Amino acid sequence: MNAPAAPLLQARDLSRSFRVRRSGGMFGHAAVLHAVDGVSFDLTPGRTLGLVGESGCGKTTTARLVLGILTPTGGEVRFEGAPVPAPGTRAWRQLRRRMQMVFQDPLGALDRRIPVGQQVMEPLAIHGAGARGDRRGRALELLDAVGLGASFFARYPHELSGGQRQRIVLARALILDPTLLVCDEPISALDVSIQAQVINLLLDLQAKFGLAYLFISHDLKVVRQISHEVAVMYLGKIVEQGDPDRLLTDPAHPYTQALVSAIPVAAAARRRPRLILKGDPPNPVDRPAGCAFHPRCPAAVDRCRVDTPVLKPLPDGRLAACHVAHGEAGSARLVA
Amino acid sequence: MATVTDDRIAADPTAVGPPRSRVARFVEAWPPSVLLALGWIVAMLLIAASVEWIAGYAYTAMDLRARLSPPILFGGTERHLLGTDELGRDVLSRLLYSIRMSLLIAFFGTLIAATLGTFLGILAAHFRGWVEDIVLTMIDFQASMPFLIIALAVLAFFGNSLILFICLMGFHGWERYARISRGLAIAANEQGYAGAVRQLGAPAWRIYGRHVLPNIASTLIVSMTLAFPETILLESGLSFLGLGVQPPLTSLGNMVGYGREYLTRAPWIMLAPSAVIVLTTLSISLVGDWLRDRLDPTLK
Repeated sequence: MNAPAAPLLQARDLSRSFRVRRSGGMFGHAAVLHAVDGVSFDLTPGRTLGLVGESGCGKTTTARLVLGILTPTGGEVRFEGAPVPAPGTRAWRQLRRRMQMVFQDPLGALDRRIPVGQQVMEPLAIHGAGARGDRRGRALELLDAVGLGASFFARYPHELSGGQRQRIVLARALILDPTLLVCDEPISALDVSIQAQVINLLLDLQAKFGLAYLFISHDLKVVRQISHEVAVMYLGKIVEQGDPDRLLTDPAHPYTQALVSAIPVAAAARRRPRLILKGDPPNPVDRPAGCAFHPRCPAAVDRCRVDTPVLKPLPDGRLAACHVAHGEAGSARLVA
Repeated sequence: MATVTDDRIAADPTAVGPPRSRVARFVEAWPPSVLLALGWIVAMLLIAASVEWIAGYAYTAMDLRARLSPPILFGGTERHLLGTDELGRDVLSRLLYSIRMSLLIAFFGTLIAATLGTFLGILAAHFRGWVEDIVLTMIDFQASMPFLIIALAVLAFFGNSLILFICLMGFHGWERYARISRGLAIAANEQGYAGAVRQLGAPAWRIYGRHVLPNIASTLIVSMTLAFPETILLESGLSFLGLGVQPPLTSLGNMVGYGREYLTRAPWIMLAPSAVIVLTTLSISLVGDWLRDRLDPTLK
């Protein structure tokens, strides 16, 4: 890790809960779902933070909180030192020039009645940036930067392949020169050969424009390839965070160990024993007491059932929230 | 020689590839049924616009010596091409005036309903919360209340005037547009193109005006073409009950309603306006269907 620059994005103790109605028909009573619960992280300019976890663990909610599309119920997000304003306000709209989003489903994110070139130009029109006559040229520049020629300008989204559509979404996000790009599962809707192309494109664009990425995925290998730092989320909390290589070769948290053991490995010699977790992820409405992971954790001890572990540094500098990993459980560390 | 090849290609409907004749391409873009339907609609509009000049008689003019005279090919005279009714009024002239009246009512009624419904639906989708609750309650109220009873009450309280009647037609069926536009706008906002454009910092008018409305327009247009015939029929029904267009004014439904009494002795009084209702509603449905396909770039 380089010497830390001033953070571009700071999330402090970020929480978001939703009121939900419990199942049980008419008699179901209201409950509170903690989608994100006390998440903190920093992101420096030009770096990538990967956010991984199962579906439903709060990754997308975190992305929406960071972008200010949702207002947090607790904690705050600071972007370039200032709190992110409330959604829909003038200041929030102005901030869109600095932070942009890339969506999971590029076809859904594009208006299928408008040629893609027009859609790439649209942010300029929305923010009144640049002279009207220059916008087309700027859009063509961006199309070129994402590897699409001028011939794509007049095409419609349904005429493009999935990878080309995602490039269009990227071009539209980049045309205002943002400093932060939040990518919410940008490649999970694409097939594997296209995934690699888009990942390489993201890396190229980061080098070229100095972008910071908040990269959300459930694919650990992709996250390892693109991220400077990885945070693993489980039920709305970060359970382990640190350097991707170290985290993925020697995971400290039992949940990360299970995730890592699920990565397919080609060479038989390097194959690790597969850790299969018991049960399903618990309903976030019924968060277990103590460590939320303890009902599925192979290493859980009594303390895990009552005492919620906090995210704190391990001797090697990365962060983990686990009594066992910190050696505070009174039992040996789980060997994967 | 060249014409022979052209004819062969034009005659073969399975011919594919670039060398298709102009005729084949034209037929594909403008199917004959749609052309006929468009022609009929244009004719109706022209009649509505110029009825004063083309009608042979005023719609109230009575010819008492030629009462219940049959149409020209069924033993009638050329003085009354489509015959006359029980008061000796010329059916053709009354039909032309009725076309204008019914088109006026159905067109503005449908337009008012579509505008009102779409506006309320988008309002509900944009604000959610209590605004949406109020709109949904209004939709349920409208859908559960028999429209005839509302119409009766309104006409009884405020008296009958043409403007009021058209506005009343506009309140019929708005809930359908509201439901459609609300559902589609919510879907677009939640995870689609509209959410993406909002995320780009676009103001509401841009999201709804430039993205959501054009995208849901095809559904709304089809809905309008379905509602247009319904409005004509509703107008007919109300006029038949004596609540709609009042004599001496005339409309298609009014003519059908009063012609019913003479169905066995003088069927032409009722058949002429009925045929116009059927052909007009069919034409509008055909054109609406075709328009929806034309408006969708993914189907080109």
